[in-house]
Amino acid sequence: MEHLPTLVSEARHAIQAADSVVALEEIRVSYLGKKGEVTALLKGLGKLPPEERPAAGEQINQAKQALAQEIDTQRQQLEDVALQARLSAERIDVTLPGRGQPNGGLHPVTRTLERIEELFTRIGFDVAVGPEIEDDYHNFEALNIPAHHPARGMADTFYFDATRLLRTHTSPVQVRTMKAEEPPIRIVCPGRVYRSDSDLTHTPMFHQVEGLLVDEDVSFADLKGTIEDFLHAFFERDDLSVRFRPSYFPFTEPSAEVDIQCVMCSGEGCRVCSNSGWLEVMGCGMVHPEVFRHSGIDSERFTGFAFGMGAERLAMLRYGVNDLRLFFENDLRFLRQFA
Amino acid sequence: MKFSEKWLRDWVSPQLDTQAMADQITMAGLEVDAVAPVAAAFGGVVVAEVLSKTQHPNADKLNVCSVDDGSGDPVQVVCGAPNVAVGQKVPFAQVGGLLPGDFRIKKAKLRGEESFGMICSASELGLEEETSPGILVLPDSAPVGESFRDYMGLDDHTIEVDLTPNRGDCLSIKGMAREVGVLNRLAVTGPAMAAIETAHDETFAVTLEAPENCPRYIGRLISEVNPAVETPLWMVECLRRSGVRSIDPVVDVTNYVMLELGQPLHAFDRENLQGGIVVRMAKQDEMLTLLDGQRIALRPETLVIADENGPLAMAGIMGGEHSGVSAKTRTIFLESAFFTPLAIAGQARSYGLHTDASHRFERGVDPGLTALAVERATQLLLEICGGRPGPLVEAVSEAHLPDSAHITLRAQRLAQALDKDLAADEVTDILQRLGMQVLADDNGWQVQAPSWRFDIAIEEDLIEEVARIHGYNNLPSRRPSARLALRSSNEARLSESQLRHQMVARGYQEAVTYSFVAPELQATILPDAVSPKLANPISADLSVMRASLFPGLIRAMEHNLNRQQTRIRLFETGLVFNGELDGLSQVPMLGALACGPRDAEGWAANRDAVDFYDLKGDLESVLGLGGNASDWRFEPGEHPALQPGQSARILYQGQEAGWIGTLHPRVRAKLGLKMDAVLFEVRLDALSEGRIPAFEPLSRFPEVRRDLALLLDEEVPVQVLLDSVERHAGDCLTSIKLFDVYAGKGVPEGHKSIALGLTWQHPSRTLNDEEINQLVDTVVIQVRAELGAKLRG
Repeated sequence: MEHLPTLVSEARHAIQAADSVVALEEIRVSYLGKKGEVTALLKGLGKLPPEERPAAGEQINQAKQALAQEIDTQRQQLEDVALQARLSAERIDVTLPGRGQPNGGLHPVTRTLERIEELFTRIGFDVAVGPEIEDDYHNFEALNIPAHHPARGMADTFYFDATRLLRTHTSPVQVRTMKAEEPPIRIVCPGRVYRSDSDLTHTPMFHQVEGLLVDEDVSFADLKGTIEDFLHAFFERDDLSVRFRPSYFPFTEPSAEVDIQCVMCSGEGCRVCSNSGWLEVMGCGMVHPEVFRHSGIDSERFTGFAFGMGAERLAMLRYGVNDLRLFFENDLRFLRQFA
Repeated sequence: MKFSEKWLRDWVSPQLDTQAMADQITMAGLEVDAVAPVAAAFGGVVVAEVLSKTQHPNADKLNVCSVDDGSGDPVQVVCGAPNVAVGQKVPFAQVGGLLPGDFRIKKAKLRGEESFGMICSASELGLEEETSPGILVLPDSAPVGESFRDYMGLDDHTIEVDLTPNRGDCLSIKGMAREVGVLNRLAVTGPAMAAIETAHDETFAVTLEAPENCPRYIGRLISEVNPAVETPLWMVECLRRSGVRSIDPVVDVTNYVMLELGQPLHAFDRENLQGGIVVRMAKQDEMLTLLDGQRIALRPETLVIADENGPLAMAGIMGGEHSGVSAKTRTIFLESAFFTPLAIAGQARSYGLHTDASHRFERGVDPGLTALAVERATQLLLEICGGRPGPLVEAVSEAHLPDSAHITLRAQRLAQALDKDLAADEVTDILQRLGMQVLADDNGWQVQAPSWRFDIAIEEDLIEEVARIHGYNNLPSRRPSARLALRSSNEARLSESQLRHQMVARGYQEAVTYSFVAPELQATILPDAVSPKLANPISADLSVMRASLFPGLIRAMEHNLNRQQTRIRLFETGLVFNGELDGLSQVPMLGALACGPRDAEGWAANRDAVDFYDLKGDLESVLGLGGNASDWRFEPGEHPALQPGQSARILYQGQEAGWIGTLHPRVRAKLGLKMDAVLFEVRLDALSEGRIPAFEPLSRFPEVRRDLALLLDEEVPVQVLLDSVERHAGDCLTSIKLFDVYAGKGVPEGHKSIALGLTWQHPSRTLNDEEINQLVDTVVIQVRAELGAKLRG
């Protein structure tokens, strides 16, 4: 009993000196374990006279608790230090880029087509597609463009033989749809079209989206409203001026070209709009009764409108692309800009 | 149609400036392409008279002249033009004047002689593009001292209108003036034109043998003409401002009248005509030498003007060389005819021709103009070339002349079509001013179209005319209304967009390549491909339809490799074309190409080259989108573009749906590509098929896994082993994981070790070891029996 203070003091020194959790555990076992020295003192209580036992027992227990607490405190400190050391060792540079593949991206024309399709499908249009090698009937005749019609000169056509050709517009899809379905018809027809023209502002292949709405009591006002809404939505500008100019397409009557206020210069006049302040963006009109007749639709009961636009042109205006030919070079440095 | 603003304003002149009038014309559907001044900016040029001319003492080719420029004293000027002569009226640039090209006229000394100004040529004044051989000589009537610009009316604009093919009626000053008159509610008045008094009775017979194609032909003989005179300057200027070059006075007059009224005319030399004029169809291979010198073999669908010796001209397209007017011509036979649009349409183009005449006849020339135009041309010819006119000879087949359309325009239909009730008076007024005969009644209007409007045939045409003149932008807009109908949607179907977006997520950039490719490229990549060839390609490089997406993708890869891009991931969707035109298939495909390192360059990147399995993994991610990956199989196969042993046929539900593989080294070498590539293409229709998920209850019982390492002949595809294992592993097998493939040390030569993890689970009970052992034994025995595969010891 008399060496308890020495023992405690020794133990304290040892605890303070422990430099690892393992060493600390050894100290705990050697003093407080089943065979530890402090425990041995407790076991030796029986040898004391009974009247001294309670006081001695309390002293030993206090010493034991105090040591246990000091061990815990020391362990906590050692663990903190160890954790700090580990954290410090495991430090990484979080600014390094992540692993894995970069994303690809859609072609700007597809991006534009998908956007146009989305705008129209949201108000109940379906998307319709068709073959690209067409026949004379679907590309011309059924659209009120008989052989030798001067309008055939409007589109320089790629031919395979006397009657088969690459479609010059996606209108044949409208014809096929009108033949196959009953009104009401609401479709947009995106796709590749071909014209034998190649210079700074023409490529022999490009993309169109055409639209068709056939129903009872469809008027020119419906056409105007739809086109205005579309252009405002596409360019996300409700104040964009839109104007309709009379024009001619054999398959519509009345027909119109649609101009928007130049999106590059806001109508002030610039190179893109040839200083006119206006940009021609699409053609449209009310479906010609002759087209309805070819498709077996009663033009007294049903009326409709159709429109068509070039996807490249809209993509150029929307994204500021200044050279049409870039769309078909597939240069990754160009394509990546639209991801 | 290109014309001078002044010429138009001679007929009708609204109170609008040039741009405002051009805008108004555009907004009426006659799109003005360009407005340009008829002469460049210049000043200080006056009309002067050459008073004297003496040889320059020190220069053979120069003259020293004195001119009267109206300023008082004669002015000395040195002139190098060979044609300068005393008494001429000439444009004279005074000292201080400014010529086009910012050329300031200064006092000068030329070889010792003083010169105070410059006598100008047409090109120096910007009136001719080609350098003029001499000075411009003005008519004697030109007033000395007057500003040359004013004298020539050069403060004028050329207006160029891009007419749509339906508006042939506007291919003349008269037609344009008619439109401008309608738009501004102004009367239109041209120059006085009256029937010419005849001076003799001589005629030349005309016979119509094809009256359905030429229902009216009017001719007139004008004798004693002098075509050797010069065309007056005012006419040359009018023609120039319309983009027509002056040729000789007879041709100039016919061109002038065509521009003025819209009726193409032709003049023959009477001396070269035999018998009478016959308007007939050509005989097969009849020969005709055209005015431009081309010798043409005619076809029977071509209308010709002939005499008893044969064809003289291609009707409505171009005259013949032999019968044309020359400076020696004394008697002219002037032709003005109505050829029906269908007779001319397409003919010019079929011979590779396009003329001002054919352009007009194809679109329709007013049959009411035929006589008026001859009279007008006669009047002008007499003024310029003199001559004695004979009577008009008219051959006509009334029955074949076009009928003007009689159309009913219903007021209710008009209101419905435009969503606006226009005042009846306004509608009547618009139609009348357009030249229509109009009878208004309670229900609308009975309308007869004028003879010059070939495009007015049905009610909708009239609706358009009313809308156009009223102004499209003065009509209302509304949003279409429709019943909200829910439509069925095919849940199992994947959209093309979903497939594309998956490729994008896998790191691929979308390409869009031309659908036509170079035949040599296609033949190199796909020697057996048959696909349609264009009859009129834009270039040989773009002349055959692609039979596969590979050629376009490979070209795009090459383009990028040549621009320092070394890691390439591209995909494309689009049609490929296979077969002859008859029996052609046009099939939408998804194709992709990868080349360069597996990973994009980076600190943690794998720098190995991309290989077959990378691409296959990307493809599988697309195949897996629909949830029916198990419908897809890959089997070894040979494809001409792909490396044997590294290429697979892709099967969907047992049918070939595409190919995947490494680009064949031979193809790569032939194309001179700098890097290897892996490619695939698959039918989009197969890729679009997915499935609707079908729930299976989750088993509450434990699953059991056993791993097997099997030694397999290296020639046997793993798929065959997997199929065999699956067949024999019992109904409770839930998955096979292939977790290792190894060949090398420890594996016998010619073999590979395949490690499989098999998992079983029963829906309603726990599987016991005995059952599993038995299944494993069965699998081991069967794969040995079927494939010679042995358990690896």
